[in-house]
Formats: sequence, structure tokens, C-alpha cells
Amino acid sequence: MTVDDQRDARVARHGELVLPKYESAAGVHPPLDTQAYQSSRLRAPGRPLVPLPQGLTEITGPLLGPERVTAADADLTAGHAGEPLGERIIVSGRVLDSDGRPVPDTLIEIWQANASGRYLHHVDDHPAPLDPNFTGAGRCVTDSLGRYQFVTIKPGAYPWRNHYNAWRPAHIHFSLFGRAFTQRLVTQMYFPADPLFSLDPIFNSIPDPEARSRLIARFDIDLTQPDWALGYNWDIVLRGRTATVFETEGI
Amino acid sequence: MSQGLTPSQTVGPFLAIGLPWPDGPFVVPPDTPGSIVIEGKVLDGAGQPLPDALVETWQADPDGRFDHPDDPRGPAVAAGNFRGFGRSATDPDGNYRIVTFRPGPLPCPGGGTEAPHIDVSVFARGLLDRVVTRIYFPDEADANAADPVLASIGDQGRKATLIATQEAGGQFRFDIRLQGEGETVFFDV
Repeated sequence: MTVDDQRDARVARHGELVLPKYESAAGVHPPLDTQAYQSSRLRAPGRPLVPLPQGLTEITGPLLGPERVTAADADLTAGHAGEPLGERIIVSGRVLDSDGRPVPDTLIEIWQANASGRYLHHVDDHPAPLDPNFTGAGRCVTDSLGRYQFVTIKPGAYPWRNHYNAWRPAHIHFSLFGRAFTQRLVTQMYFPADPLFSLDPIFNSIPDPEARSRLIARFDIDLTQPDWALGYNWDIVLRGRTATVFETEGI
Repeated sequence: MSQGLTPSQTVGPFLAIGLPWPDGPFVVPPDTPGSIVIEGKVLDGAGQPLPDALVETWQADPDGRFDHPDDPRGPAVAAGNFRGFGRSATDPDGNYRIVTFRPGPLPCPGGGTEAPHIDVSVFARGLLDRVVTRIYFPDEADANAADPVLASIGDQGRKATLIATQEAGGQFRFDIRLQGEGETVFFDV
């Protein structure tokens, strides 16, 4: 009997499939129909979301790892003829689930504006200079303890057309997979004490101020490297599992 | 639960800097025997296409298996070059395109069987969190009729937004309407 056959038999013996269950994210994420964010007006669904029971498709997900990254991908200041302009920073932290368990071997993708607040994108017409030594995209995979680290430059604030004199607080976009479809998350990391926080409808779309504050990185003198770069620490917490099939079946 | 969850934020208008992959649309390599193409448009509440959206797909293999340790039935037997995951940015006309295998049916935790389906996440400027939908297949009438998720949607017109249409050449079309008339069913997962 192969391992597969044993598992099949165990599932069959119990008469039903026992799957992990991921906790609800209710109340954490921004409401889709946040009117102060103009772009949501024609794009946010108007009808209520339909509850989707977590089945096999939802509790599994792509396990994208080292095959999608090289070590150089975590250094956004490298790979060009010269060094980018701006304040060099180290951004580091852990990916955890809400039980405090690290999420190892998971792909993180980031993108950001340059130090002048300009994105390398044809739609961005902010009259601030592009930097020939900065593209603004990075990737890495968390280690066995869920840790990640990027080297980059601090992005600038930039204007947008949401309302009169609208400026986005400086931020880095983060994309995470976790280990299940339920854990997929795209978000933004902000920097401490940004004067634009109170004016930004995207940051303030998160209803709970405490949840909002979890998007702000912490300046970390221990992560800061003398004569080289400031360190910012930011942990990311994905939805945790309330049970696993192995724990349940072990009884 | 001890740690507060990290909230979502929009991908914004510049996701093309960081997220598209050259091989993203290919859940299986191009021209793999037995592969299918699923394509469609992402449309806003005014019927205008989104040139700046990202569509991601996740699905079982043709045997209804996942190459994943949390599937209690064990790993997929013959995963081969099947990644299960697809990612396609929309083009200037709002079109996305995925090349994949048809997924198999799946057992449900509570008994019963889920019809073959593909889970879909849509990201875009204007969406503060991803929206999630599912693609079902038009030629699986019996399986679709027995599917518990489809059954939970009473309205036939709403249910129809989850079922792809088949086009000449065997391609499938699945348009995603974010808002307004014919709005696609989106899920709270």
C-alpha cells in the first residue's frame, strides 16, 4: 500500500473529507465600495458577496518558491549601470499566520515608485524624474522561519487625481501567496509618521485604526547598517488555520 | 487567533511593474496536447474594459487533484508541467487569456461533489481587495446541477455569470463584469 493509498483509505474510513479551515478576515480589509476612493465607483461590485465554503480549491494554492526568483531579485538597487538616487533602505520582517506560525518558502513580490515619487510606467505622468538606475520591482522567497529581506530605496510621495491636491503617502506594494488560495494578499507597506496618512482615502479605507496601523513599518536601529542603509521592520500576518486534517485525524 | 491580520490595499494602476510574468498565462506550456484556452474581458460598471487589471486562476488537475500537502487525499499523481496557477494581466482592450487543462470534479468536505471549476482572483486599481469568482464549464450540465456552490445561488441569471461559454475552435470565454447589469457573482471566501 502506497502512502497515497493509505491517505485515501483514511479519508474513506472517516466517510468524509476533513479539511483545514481558514479564519474569517471579516472587518479587517477595506470595504470594496469606499466612495472616497474615486476609482472604486465604477469598479467595486454592487451586489453582496456570496459566501463560498472552503473546499479543496480554497485550502490549497500555488506553492511558488525558489524557481521563480534569483538572489539578485531581492536587491532593487542592483542590476543597473549605477546606483539609484535616494535613501537606501533595508526592509525586513516575517510572514506569519494569525496563530503566530511562520509561513516559510512563500513568494513575495514588491513594486514601488522611485525616490522622486515616479513609477516606471507609461501611465504615470507625474513631472518628476525617472531614474535610469531604478526599475522598482523585487521578489524573494521567505526562509524556513518565514523571514524576508529586501534592499531598496525609500519611495517618494506622489500626487494623484483622486481629489484636489491629493498625494499618496510613500509606500511599497507587497504581493503574497501564503500556502492557500484563502491566504492570497496584496497590500501596501507605509513608513512611520507620514504626514499624509490622515488625508489618504486608500490608507483610511481600512475601517479599524488598529488594523490600519499594521501597515506601517517600524524603524529598526538594529536592522540599520552603519554608514550604509536605514532598516525598517514589517511583519505580514495572513489568515490562520483553525484546524488541520492531521490533528483531527490523529484523535 | 493571536496576531491581527494584515489588511488588503489596492494593487493600484502600476501593477504591471511587479506582477506580470512572461509565462504567467501558461498553467501548462503552450501547445500542450489537451490544453484549453480561456479568455475574456474584465469590464467596469459602465461596460468599459479595464486595461490595468490582473486575473489569477487556481484549479485542480484533470484528475481533480492538487500538488499540495494540505490535500488529505495525497499529492497529485502526474502533475508534470501543470502549475495549477495562472496569471494574466489585461491588455489595453481589457482582455486576459489563460492556457490550461480542464480541471476534474472534487469531493466536498460535507459529502457530494463539486463540478469542475477554476477559482479566479481579480486585482485592479479601484479594487481595495481582490474579488473572487469561479469559472464553470458549459458542457458539464449534470455536474453543474449537482454543484453545491452553484446551488447556493438561486437566481438563474446570476448563476449563468459563473459559466463560461464555448467558442469556435474549442476556446472558452469568461467575461468578468465588476458592476452593474450582468454583474458577475463574487464570493466571500
